[in-house]
Amino acid sequence: MASEVREATKPVPLEDDLSRPFREAALEGGLLIQRCRSCGSHQFYPRRHCVTCFARDPQWVEASGAARLHTFSVVRRTADRAFADDVPYVFAVVELAEGPRMTVNVVDTPLDELRCDMPMRIVFSRQADDLVLPNAAAAGPS
Amino acid sequence: MSWSGEVAIVGAFESPRRKAPGMHPFEIQAECVLGALDDAGLSLGEVDGFCTSASSAGEGGGWMDVCEVPEYLGIEPTFVDGTDTGGAAPIAQAGHAASAIAAGQAEVVVVSSAGCAYSGGGDFDTLPPAWGPLAYEAPYGFTTVAAYALAAQRHMCEFGTTSEQLAAIAVQCRSNAAGNPDARYREAMTVDDVLASPMIAEPLHRNDCCVVTDSGGAVVLVGKDRARDVRKDPVWLLGFGEAVGQMRMSQMRSFTETPGAVSGARAMAMAGVEPSGIDCAQLYDSFTITALLALEDLGFCARGEGGAFAESGAIAPGGSVPINTDGGGLSSNHPGRRGVFALIEGVRQLRGDGPGVQLSDPRTALCHGCGGQLSATATMILGV
Repeated sequence: MASEVREATKPVPLEDDLSRPFREAALEGGLLIQRCRSCGSHQFYPRRHCVTCFARDPQWVEASGAARLHTFSVVRRTADRAFADDVPYVFAVVELAEGPRMTVNVVDTPLDELRCDMPMRIVFSRQADDLVLPNAAAAGPS
Repeated sequence: MSWSGEVAIVGAFESPRRKAPGMHPFEIQAECVLGALDDAGLSLGEVDGFCTSASSAGEGGGWMDVCEVPEYLGIEPTFVDGTDTGGAAPIAQAGHAASAIAAGQAEVVVVSSAGCAYSGGGDFDTLPPAWGPLAYEAPYGFTTVAAYALAAQRHMCEFGTTSEQLAAIAVQCRSNAAGNPDARYREAMTVDDVLASPMIAEPLHRNDCCVVTDSGGAVVLVGKDRARDVRKDPVWLLGFGEAVGQMRMSQMRSFTETPGAVSGARAMAMAGVEPSGIDCAQLYDSFTITALLALEDLGFCARGEGGAFAESGAIAPGGSVPINTDGGGLSSNHPGRRGVFALIEGVRQLRGDGPGVQLSDPRTALCHGCGGQLSATATMILGV
């Protein structure tokens, strides 16, 4: 019997108790990050403790959505069939105004305008009925 | 207690294979273990310590390989280390093995690594289910090349590093590989050739990326007492350091400094040497940017000056710090993780039998591994 050819599907984030507030906020177009109740540091991705001062139980806060493009790569080739039709796409790390960095795709932005540290805003891309991912786009002229 | 100068590598073997379709990585690993023991004049029956790790099917497992491979070899070790810091792992394991030998916990330790990235490694970029930290990265089309490209892009932004300067590293490795009969690629290559190769993930071109091979290697470590009665002159472990940073790029404290700054400083402090006292550096070169960052992290040049340094000829034979004298991962061999080859080439240089470029009477070699996405490093300084 021929070997099974698996369908190439993009990884779907598995929701759990910790990620649920973040995922549910994204469905409504909001970006939740965490803020330490003790030292005030913000962090992303979520944990049940602060990675700056190690205090427990950081609180969820809504991020402003303002960010800068810390670094990026225009992906021209990938061996991952799930993303092969997307090239060229922009794999990037943005730095939120609150401090934490997050992985995103840069969308709705001409590739030749991409520069490190350029102002960005967080936008939301619907992947499925129950999945919206935060991404980033050029903030545009201020 | 420092074991500097108390433990030696007495056997080393790099598989000459580069393409091995139809072979399981354990076959290559066994070949390498036996080859390294032959080199030392020791037998498998004398091995009481064994170190290996894997993180994919292309490396023959990813699940308790430090039990799998001893079974395959037919040994029952009483010291094992399966530390998995990716490409840095074999160097980290050699450091841990030295501690075990110095503490009397083991006598003859083999560190071994093999993978079939060319023939069997299609899963290198296949991620496990996106649960936990991965859930915030996996949906965005992570690729290994793109991850390193983020570091290259940021280095260009902060310091004005150019694609030509990155290419100079690949060109040097190719030049070194020319004389290495086993190197995956030996034909001459120019900076223009690198820039003309297909863009994979900007700013990294195909020829900024390591070769993809099926291969492996192993080294044998013993303490001072056993080192006297082996076949070849021992190569002493003088200094070791390891450091773990962050697993994923979004969490990196800096995109232009890796844990190598820590592991390198620790290794040099233990060995009592400065960067200027290193005669050759076998640097991890999964990508040109990986080696460039290592040059800066290890103090061979100032932060931000890696590009100009690479272009200056400093990394060529006869330069202040010749690198990757066998052709490195960029031209010779990279079956998924290549830390063991840095150790092996360090040993070969100090013995005077480098297969690519043999330097004139080097006395110290720095071997540097980097794993994950600039996530963890291990640095070993060897001397004779």
